[in-house]
Amino acid sequence: MTKFAAGSRVRARVADPDGHTRLPRYARGHTGEVVEVRADWQLPDEAVRGVFRAEPVYAVRFNAAELWGSGSHSVILDLWESYLEEAP
Amino acid sequence: MSGEHGELPIAARVRRLEERLIAAGLATDEELDEILERVFTSASPVNGARMVARSWKDPGYRDRLLADGNAAAAELGFGAGTRGYLLKAVENTPAVHNMIVCTLCSCYPTALLGPSPSWYKSFAYRSRAVREPRAVLAEFGLELPDSTEIRVWDANSETRYLVLPLRAEGADETDESVLASLVTRNGLIGTAIR
Repeated sequence: MTKFAAGSRVRARVADPDGHTRLPRYARGHTGEVVEVRADWQLPDEAVRGVFRAEPVYAVRFNAAELWGSGSHSVILDLWESYLEEAP
Repeated sequence: MSGEHGELPIAARVRRLEERLIAAGLATDEELDEILERVFTSASPVNGARMVARSWKDPGYRDRLLADGNAAAAELGFGAGTRGYLLKAVENTPAVHNMIVCTLCSCYPTALLGPSPSWYKSFAYRSRAVREPRAVLAEFGLELPDSTEIRVWDANSETRYLVLPLRAEGADETDESVLASLVTRNGLIGTAIR
C-alpha cells in the first residue's frame, strides 16, 4: 500500500536542500491532488550521491491559483513520497 | 566519436566524460555511438506524428496509447527509443488543452519528437509555461477560448509526455500518411493545435 492514492490531497514540503532534488521551488508548500500513482522509483536526491532507495512517486495536480495566486490552468508534476505530507 | 566539432571546448569536455564512463566500465565507445546514432538519425517528430495519425484512424490504438504509451510506441516500432522511461500520452479535446514542459531541464520523448528545439530548453519557456501558459501559447500563435482548460505537464527523466492533438477534420476519409503530415513537433509538445 502506498501512503497516498489517487484523489488524496497532499502538500509539498517546504524544503531547501543543498543538493539535487526533483521538488521544484514553485511547488514547495503548496497543496494539490494526487491524480495518479506512478510506481516505486529511486529518489533522485539520494541517487545522485550513490544511495539507491526507491519510494512511491505520485503525479500531483496543482491549480494555478494555488501556485501563483491567479490563473485558471493546472500544473501536473511527479513528486516522490518523501516530498509530500497530508494536506492540512 | 565524430570529430566535426572537436575544436570546441564542449566537445573536449564531452569526450572526457565519455572516457570516464568507459574507464569505469559503464559504457563502451560502441554503445555511446549507437545511442548517438539513434538520437540523430532515427529520432524524429515524424515518429510521434505516425502515432497520432494511427490514433485518429484507429480508436483501439488511441485507447492503447492513452493506457500505455510505451506499448503503443513499441507497436509502431519505436520500442527501443522509448525504453527507460514512462511514456504518457495526454489527449487534447475541445474542453482540455495539454502542453509539456520540463522545468528542470529539457526532458521529453526525443525518439518520438526529435531533438528538442532550443526554445524548449530556454529559461523563458521553462519558467513561463507553468506560470502563464495561455500567454506563452498566444506567442506561438495559438489563441484558445477562455473556456478551454489548460493542463501543463512538468516532465522529468522518468516520465515523458506526448500530446495527442485534436483529431483533424475528415480523418475518416483521409489516408493515414497524409494525416501524419499534418502533425508538427509543436503539436506534439502542445504549442500548436497540431
